[in-house]
Parts: sequence; structure tokens; C-alpha cells
Amino acid sequence: MKYILLMSSTQAGVTGYHTWTQSDRDKHMQTLRTVIEELKGTGEFVATEGLAQPKDAKVVRGEKNGLPVTDGIFPESKEFLLGYWILDVATAERAYAIAGRISAAPGPGGVPTNMPIEVRQFADRATNAH
Amino acid sequence: MTDSGTTKPWDEVSERLLRELAPQVLGVVARRFRDFSSAEDAVQDAMLSAFKQWPQEGIPENPRGWLIQVASRRMMDTVRSEIARRQRETAIAPEEEPAIEPAEMETDMDPEDTLVLLFMCCHPVLSKSSAIALTLRAVGGLTTAEIANAFMVPEATMAQRISRTKQSIKASKVPFRLPTPQERMQRLPAVLHVLYLIFSEGYASSAGAELQRLDLAREAIRLTRGVRALLPENAEIAGLLALMLLTDARRAARTGPQEELIPLDKQDRSLWDRTELHEGMEMLKLALSKGAVGLYQLQAAIAAVHDEAGRPEETDWPQILALYELHQRVAPGPMVTLNHAIAVAMVRGPEHGLECLLALDNDERLAGHYRLDAVRGHLFEMLGDSGNAIQHYRTAAAKTTSLPEQNYLMTRAAHLEEASKESSSGLPAPQSQR
Amino acid sequence: MKYMLMMNTMRAEAGVPTWPRADLQAHIAYMHNLNRELRQSGELVSAEGLSFPDRARLVQAGRDGAPITDGIFPESKEFLAGFWIVDVESPERAYAIAARASAAPGAGGAPLNMQIEVRPVMGGPPPEML
Repeated sequence: MKYILLMSSTQAGVTGYHTWTQSDRDKHMQTLRTVIEELKGTGEFVATEGLAQPKDAKVVRGEKNGLPVTDGIFPESKEFLLGYWILDVATAERAYAIAGRISAAPGPGGVPTNMPIEVRQFADRATNAH
Repeated sequence: MTDSGTTKPWDEVSERLLRELAPQVLGVVARRFRDFSSAEDAVQDAMLSAFKQWPQEGIPENPRGWLIQVASRRMMDTVRSEIARRQRETAIAPEEEPAIEPAEMETDMDPEDTLVLLFMCCHPVLSKSSAIALTLRAVGGLTTAEIANAFMVPEATMAQRISRTKQSIKASKVPFRLPTPQERMQRLPAVLHVLYLIFSEGYASSAGAELQRLDLAREAIRLTRGVRALLPENAEIAGLLALMLLTDARRAARTGPQEELIPLDKQDRSLWDRTELHEGMEMLKLALSKGAVGLYQLQAAIAAVHDEAGRPEETDWPQILALYELHQRVAPGPMVTLNHAIAVAMVRGPEHGLECLLALDNDERLAGHYRLDAVRGHLFEMLGDSGNAIQHYRTAAAKTTSLPEQNYLMTRAAHLEEASKESSSGLPAPQSQR
Repeated sequence: MKYMLMMNTMRAEAGVPTWPRADLQAHIAYMHNLNRELRQSGELVSAEGLSFPDRARLVQAGRDGAPITDGIFPESKEFLAGFWIVDVESPERAYAIAARASAAPGAGGAPLNMQIEVRPVMGGPPPEML
């Protein structure tokens, strides 16, 4: 079953990250890299991507005269998606366990960030035999 | 290395022949080098080379020999680099390279190897998804990329999955030999279950690029035919094959142009494959003639009753009801109860079907599952109770994680809603602006 | 360049639409055709629908390694309902695709003009607070 793990933050959160020491950031990344390697090893890894910051985002709402109607304004306090992981796992519990690992990745001073991670199951597009 | 190949154009038949060679070649190489896992990698490499070269250069005169040669060369490379590594690490005198002539190995072929591989790849210690992936590669002769595409994961992920599966097999010390007749009886259900899952998994119709989609159902049928040829007296295998054929025969009718789901009672039966139907019926007769009625035979028998009807109204529902009653005695379960309830409704009336469903309301196994609401919706619709039908269809639509099912259920609800508006107002339902 | 096109929904709005059948069918056909076109043009990397918000779980690292999971989200939270990942020549093309998706027909056949957020996908390392 495929799951997507969504990592969000606010502008304030991102600003906070920039105050970490390089060493803390390296340790954080190292933990995530370890998780990726493990998941590649178990065959559960599908993808992980980071998204560009909201200043590079556009919101599109329909078309007018054949052109997209776009808007780039994001309120300062609004939560936005930083990135995601896509997993293929046997159970929901496994998805939650992996999310827990990622959430426990160390932050400043080695303390786990405890980042809340939203876990969502993909809808299945398969048409089974009937 | 390349014999003067045939100039036959590369087609589906060629592809199938190549795939069929894979387990034969693997059997030979695995036994000779006594290393199933490395042999399986080596054969996969040989398959990839064949898929690349044969369409261009023609099929070699001795295709099996060609594959054995390429695979054993890879094995020799693996063995040599392993020896070199050990030498570097332990500074021992150089070992003798095993002298194995690929030509010799050709006569090593054992027709039972495919069976050995199947039992190995479907070993009960493995998770079903692991067994499916390895079976498709080692026995089915599919490439990693093809299997990855079928399950919509990256190729590297699938490669790792298969690698891990082989490690589990190694760790369990499963010997490379045919299980004893007793072991076979014990382990055949796992094999059949894997084949059934490959068949019924279905495939997503939209994935990445418009690659040639692998038809897992057809692969499952091919593999099951292969098993049947090796164990022709086994009734369960015949039953499974019958079930697959009788189900697969409907494939052209079960999805619409937008990949939407078309249920059995709405399918255009002229699209059903008559040849497959006929073969399925014959296979079922054969399976039943062998005595004990297992679950696959039972499900095949139910499929056969459906498939015999030229039109939905001609379906022998009392027969189906009897079969589900047997099923409930032999192997009860919530899904069986659901299907039984539908049969009851068709024979005795929807109120009776709905009564059967009451027993499931507190069944833990169905908690949160959409099908109970879906079947309720269907029975309320039969009863003419649109209000309840619509409600249950929509509840089911909200619960299912299958997009085609969701689309089907909400469309059904919408249809009922319009129809009931029509009948209550006496006027046609308002046309939507387009 | 890869872009993520995100379709969000408020929890209150999320659920199976109850439009007339013709409108449902028009919507399904529209999305089906859009995805097919994108597949044929080679621009579609993935298109996924997510299960409804009632199945969403928020996971945080637990004390002893076991994740803490709950389904409680703020009332005003926007949930990801589905997304596309497209690989396109230019941002304008990404916005055009988003506009198409946004204009999918709803009740009465009128374009829904859903808000689609378009963000560039970063290549390379796992999501981090950039």
C-alpha cells in the first residue's frame, strides 16, 4: 500500500532552522539519509522530494481568456509543504513507524525535532478482476 | 557466441518463449553452481541481454544454450571476483577455479526445476509481496523493470525487494530440491495463493509514461498452466486455472472507455471471450471429477454459473446460492457472507438478503470496510428504497480507497437520486448545463 | 523541471461529491483525459488521489521509539486531496496544466476553478528546511 508522508512548516519554522549550527544540520541530514538507505534496502522506498520555498509558489485558479489565473501571495503564518516521502509498505502501522523515525531526527543539540508528520494513504487506481 | 539467428520478427510469441526459458536456465545454473541467489541475478542479466539482442540479431539457434552460456559467464565472473576478494583478505594460495563447461550444463536440465523454483519462491516463510516479486522474476522470466512498472515502484526498489527475498530464502536454508510429496501437500496452498494474488492484483491503468503494460493476469495464467503441466493430477491447480480462465474471460467487458468499473450484471456479454470461457468450463469439469472440492473449484463453479448465463436475467441464482452455502460451511468469512447475502436476495428477495447482513454489523473484520455498505446499498436499491440505497452507496464511496470503486458507487448514487426525483415529481430530472 | 501541483480541500468540503450523474461522469472523464494527455506528452510523472482526511494521521516521534499517532487536526486545516508531479519545459507550462486541472467541471458542468498550488520540486537531497 502506498503512503505519502507530508512534512510541513511555517515561515517562522524555516527561519528557525537557519539558526541551527552546521553540525546540527549535518547530523539531521545524516539521520534522514540513513533512513532512506534503510528503506531502499527493505524495498519500501519509492521517493522523497523537497519543494522550493513558497516565494517560488503560485496558486492557480482556473483560466481566463485561455490563460491561467495565478496568485503568488502566501500569508506569513500559513503552513506550507516542505517536502514528502512516498513509501510502499505492508501496513499502515509500518508507515507510522517510519514517520516516527523521521520525526525523531535530531535537531539543535541533538534533541529530536519531534516534527509532526501527516501520513496519508494513496487511493488505489487498480481495477481488479471481477 | 551468436549463432546465425533466425530472421523471424520479434513478437509476443518470441517474448513468451524467452520468458519460459528463464526458470529452465535458472534451474541448471543454480544447481551447477549451488547458489540460487547469485544464479538468479546472473540469469536476470542474461535475460536482459537477450531482450536487447535477440530482437535485433534474431533468436539464436539454441536459445537455451545461449542463455546458459551468458548466465554462467556472469557466474564465473562473480566466482572469480569472490575468490580474488578472499585472497586479498586472507592471503591464502590461489584457489582452483571451478572448471564448468556451459555446454555440459545443457544436459543438466531437469523438467522439475520450474516446480522446484516455484516452491522455493513461494515458500511460506516469505511475505506474499516478496513471493510475488521473486516468482515473477525467477519463474516468470519478467525483468525487474517490468515488475516495478506493474506495481508502480521504482526499479531500484523492486530490485532490492527481490534481493531481500532471496536473502530470506538463504537464511531459511531452503534446499534446492523438489519438496517431498508430503511437503508438497503442505506448501502447495502457498504457491497457489501467490499465483492467485498475481492474477487478482489487477493493475493501475495510469502510471508514469505510457509504457507497455504488463498483464499480470495473463502471466498468472501462464504460470498456473505451467504448474498444471507438472502436476496434472492435482485438482486444486486445475480449479485455480479454471477460476482464472472463467474470470479472465470477462476482461474486455469489465471496464469502460474511462477505465470505469462495469459490474457483472451490466457487462456486455458479447465481449466475453468464448474460447477462454469454454476452456475454463472444461477445466472446471476436470477439476471436479478428481474428487474433493477445494475453494478454488468452488469459486470457479460460482464463476461458471455466472458465465453460463447469456443474459443476467438467465443466471441460475439458486445454484449460486447453494454454492455459497457450501462455501460458508467449508470456509466461512465476512466476504462469503456478503456474497451469500446477494444470492439470497436474488432467490428469496432483497429483504431476506438484508437480514443476512445484520450478522455482519458487529463483525470486527469488516470494521471500516466499504463493501458492507456497498452491498447494503445494492440490496436497498433492489428493494426500491432509494433513500437508504443512496445513503449506503455514498457511505461506501467515502470508505473505499479504490478510485474505480468510488467512482462507480457515487455514480450509482447519483443515478438513483435522479431517478427518484423523476418519479416523485412526474417530470424528467433537471438537465445539467454543459 | 519538475513541479508539484497540489489540490487542497478543507475537511468540511472533503468527501464524495453528490452531483448529478452526468456531472460526475463529465468530471471523471475530464480528469481521465487530462492525465492521458499528460502521459502521452511525457510530462506526467505521477498523478495520485489521496484517501479522505478522516484517514489522515499525524505522527510524532514517541519517547521509546514507538510513534505517537492521532487523527486530530485543526478545524481550519487544509488537506491535500490529490497531486500531480509534472516534468515540464517551463513554469508557464506547469501553470497551464494546473489551470486545466483547476477548471475541471463540477456541479452543473461549471468549472470548479479549484485552487491548485504549484511549487517547483527540488532535485537531490531529502526534504529539509531550506
